Amino acid sequence: MDFLGRVLAWLTDPAHWSGTDGIPTRLGEHLHLSVEAVAIGAAIALPIGIALGHYGRLGNLAISVSNLGRALPSYGILVTAFQVFGLGDAPIILALTALAIPPMVTNSYVALREVDPDIREAARGMGYRELPLVLRIEVPLAVPLIMAGIRTSAVQVVATATLAAAIAGGGLGRYIIDGFAQQDYVKLFAGAVLVGALALLTDGSLSLLERVLMPRGIRMRKAPVTRQATAFKTA
Amino acid sequence: MTAGLFLDASDPWVDWSWLSSHVPTVLADLQQHVVLTVIAVVGGLVIALPLGVAAHRLTPVRLSSLGAFGVFYTIPSLALFALLVPYTGITEVTAEIALIGYNVLILLRNVIVGLDEVPADVLDAADGMGYRPRARLLQVELPLALPAIIAGVRVATVSTIGIVTIAWVIGVGGLGELILQGYIESFHTPLVVGSVLCVALALLADVSLATARRIAVPWARSS
Repeated sequence: MDFLGRVLAWLTDPAHWSGTDGIPTRLGEHLHLSVEAVAIGAAIALPIGIALGHYGRLGNLAISVSNLGRALPSYGILVTAFQVFGLGDAPIILALTALAIPPMVTNSYVALREVDPDIREAARGMGYRELPLVLRIEVPLAVPLIMAGIRTSAVQVVATATLAAAIAGGGLGRYIIDGFAQQDYVKLFAGAVLVGALALLTDGSLSLLERVLMPRGIRMRKAPVTRQATAFKTA
Repeated sequence: MTAGLFLDASDPWVDWSWLSSHVPTVLADLQQHVVLTVIAVVGGLVIALPLGVAAHRLTPVRLSSLGAFGVFYTIPSLALFALLVPYTGITEVTAEIALIGYNVLILLRNVIVGLDEVPADVLDAADGMGYRPRARLLQVELPLALPAIIAGVRVATVSTIGIVTIAWVIGVGGLGELILQGYIESFHTPLVVGSVLCVALALLADVSLATARRIAVPWARSS
């Protein structure tokens, strides 16, 4: 049987779909780490980015946090978290959260800054106070770019969560790290296919969500080209 | 490796005697890191520049190249290394294919944006002055797109420096080799040295490129 045939056989082998090292378990671990890190990261990053964007303050900081985030070696952060806090999910989630925050801060800041000042003034003239102005006018208009930032973060967290296996964690990266260690290229390749598919699915489903959440008004305005999120890749 | 080692007070974050006796190793890793990064960024530019020019003019090229490299960029590096290893082996080629591919997307986007943003008036004026298409591209369009292209090079360089640390899985470590050693031996010093040098290298590259941009295109406002 040729190599890809053996990979396919590995992926469809029922033995690999059950137990603690089975695909459902590893996928569950991977999603658990990723979802928690993105959720905690969003809870921290979005209010900061939105507030800075609304008041137009500390713009350099909001932008350069992504530069700094890009410079951090994700593997070094994971090993550091491991050495300080030891084994377990919490140190991994902490490290992933730290990497998830920068693109969300930068993109939500830029998103709020790009809201047409005339619209903001009109809303003020209509008697909107600060908080309703942010929540009912600015954020809906900024949704496309805010969502693009969340998507960028989520894809990177899913990618970086693969490295959890390199510090004795779980997740789909287990197959890749074990595949390398055991020089089992079939397992290695099958794991890579699973990880790649998960990253692409994350990207695809969040861009679908992005489209669903986009207010009808923006969609109808035929905006020239929706701005892309800041390129951010950590793993 | 025992759990007790994690917060062992006798293991300082930086053991200076270890560092002073390992200077050659650290410098060799640093050098490999720089070489891997330079090849990845230059390789990315060599592909992204012509492809960007083509994509700027031809919509099908734009859609297909951004789509294809977008998919490539989304695939985590660890997975990409693993997908390539059965074919290209545990070599630097494997690392570079992945790193160059990632950089192509970042640079391609910026080349296209830079060329798209050249004002139509400028192009008309160039045509009126008798520039031929090739001369117009090389002497008018690309220089005006340079700020955007350099911005892309900055992002690509800094990202690459971070991602190279993962290439230890295919034996091409650079500074990742030190981080790995710190992990395996539960020893803080190589981990700290590797990570700090990696961040310092990225920030140094970023500042140098920003300075290069200010010198090369003094008319463009800094961003």
